[in-house]
Amino acid sequence: MTARTSPLRRLGWTLTDGLTLVGRELGRLRQEPGQIVAALVFPVIMVVLFGYVFGSAIQVPNGDDYREYLMPGLFAMVTFSAWLGVMTRMATDASRGVMDRFRSMPMARLAVPFGQTGADLLTGLLMLAIMVGAGLLVGWQPHRGVITTAQAFLLMIVLRYALSWVGVYLGLAVKNDQIADALVPLGLPFTMLSNAFVPTAGMPGWLRFLADWNPVSALTAASRGLFGNPGVPSGNVDWPLAHPVTATLLWSVALLVIFVPLSLRAYLRSGR
Amino acid sequence: MTAYNVPSSGVMADPMVVAEGLHKSFGDHHALRGLDLSVVRGTVCGLLGANGAGKTTAVRILATLSDPDAGHARVAGYDVVREAGEVRARIGLAGQYAAVDEKLTGRGNLRMFGRLYHLSRRAAHRRADELLERFGLMDAADRPVASYSGGMRRRLDLITSLIRRPEVLFLDEPTTGLDPRSRGEIWNSVRELVADGTTVLLTTQYLDEADHLADDIVVIDHGQVIATGTPEELKATIGDRLDVTLEDPAALPAAMTHLNTLANTDPTPVGPDGLSVVLPVGGLRLADIVRELDHAGVAAADVRLRRPTLDEVFLRLTDRKEPVR
Ligand SMILES: Nc1ncnc2c1ncn2[C@@H]1O[C@H](COP(=O)(O)OP(=O)(O)O)[C@@H](O)[C@H]1O
Ligand SMILES: [Mg+2]
Repeated sequence: MTARTSPLRRLGWTLTDGLTLVGRELGRLRQEPGQIVAALVFPVIMVVLFGYVFGSAIQVPNGDDYREYLMPGLFAMVTFSAWLGVMTRMATDASRGVMDRFRSMPMARLAVPFGQTGADLLTGLLMLAIMVGAGLLVGWQPHRGVITTAQAFLLMIVLRYALSWVGVYLGLAVKNDQIADALVPLGLPFTMLSNAFVPTAGMPGWLRFLADWNPVSALTAASRGLFGNPGVPSGNVDWPLAHPVTATLLWSVALLVIFVPLSLRAYLRSGR
Repeated sequence: MTAYNVPSSGVMADPMVVAEGLHKSFGDHHALRGLDLSVVRGTVCGLLGANGAGKTTAVRILATLSDPDAGHARVAGYDVVREAGEVRARIGLAGQYAAVDEKLTGRGNLRMFGRLYHLSRRAAHRRADELLERFGLMDAADRPVASYSGGMRRRLDLITSLIRRPEVLFLDEPTTGLDPRSRGEIWNSVRELVADGTTVLLTTQYLDEADHLADDIVVIDHGQVIATGTPEELKATIGDRLDVTLEDPAALPAAMTHLNTLANTDPTPVGPDGLSVVLPVGGLRLADIVRELDHAGVAAADVRLRRPTLDEVFLRLTDRKEPVR
């Protein structure tokens, strides 16, 4: 460690270097216009696929509009893409030697994990905005005023940031972009096993238990409530669905408390 | 431009890289067993060893990426473990793989790493252009690295490690897997850097690479140094090689016997009418050999004495050593 730099200065560099890495992510996007197109088309496909193809056959309790029911689930799906993206990027850097280059440079040590999670937050906001646009196009709306709507989006952002640290840790743990790529398809069933697309009431007991305790369900239920969209569970439901906002916040805190220290330790020790 | 003062009183011969008794194990595998190393300022040291000899392990320790289990090392005067930050501010590392962002352009990579080296935005941009120009990558500067050839990627990797004008540059097998032309380009770049005064520690499996670039060579095997010296000194340790072509293939057995007596080791037959043998150090003169063969009634069409290649030295050195496990 450079003993001469003061803690304040080091914090400054961590921020500056972290921002440089956020800029890196934007630079990559600029080089890949295809990805921007994909990012724009993907929400439309999901809305059409679920909203119209499956939606035509799915019954929502009380006969409400399925697309009003669906959009909070799709927002949750976008939110849960955080750990996949960050994991892949960390693993790619680790396996291509980029991580070693960072670690052999006189840059701030912690800028890499903080920069990666910060960059994900930015791209995540973009993806969320596009999904919101797609939702508005098919008639989805928040019904409970600006403040409550903002709370729903804030909840998504908080959980997304926590999830991105899971990605940092997993990326450092697998250290191999091919393994990381192979793990990505697991994201979909994980999201599907929840109340995001269909009510869990019809599932067999054990599956319903898993689905109700899936954090995807907590976030979906919380935002349905805050947006005033249909599908808010009532009656005798598991705790996370009875208190979805608290459950989502607890999930976020728990993930941060576990994965931030684990990731930092893994980053500082990797390759030693 | 370097923000650090190199002590001007420094004697030219002071070592920029010193390693003493480095040990490193992975599980029960001993990758380094007491490696000693010293690289004089402004020279190229070639760390030569077969695959798995421990070259990368040594470079990673010297570049502060990994800690030794025992022993210590200083780079540019700073301890690689206790003063890692000071070391990092003075080194460049280019590895076996092109450690750059494939999705960014060449220019984008250099600018990003320039910023991470804490150059101002303007300085980072200027330095990127300077390096691209000097190392012939300007034409490809705005293409994503994914579209570069293997040689171009390595060159970009190399110049990325030069952004901060390092005092010591570590190159871990910089040309492995490259075609001859790209190798030649990397070699030229390394020579230019040394002319600028950079100290280089270069690992390689290629003997000709060490021969071309290195002032001093350290041969390692199983994590230990088995020989050091200039390329010429190393070649001299095994004596000259004698190649004989006979007029009559039938004389081969007789020639073999005679040369065995002369050289004190078994000659190797080369084709139906030739043989080759390494002579003892400080050995025989060509005239004596020709006379001896004549006496024995062996008619030679051609007799040549040549310096051994570094390949031969290397094979000799590593053959002699039993693998220690
Ligand atoms: N991270 C590691 N884990 C386990 N074994 C390793 C690791 N790094 C290197 N080794 C082993 O240590 C030995 C030396 O490796 P290395 O330094 O990469 O050799 P070289 O670069 O000369 O080819 C090899 O046998 C290799 O398998
Ligand atoms: Mg190696």
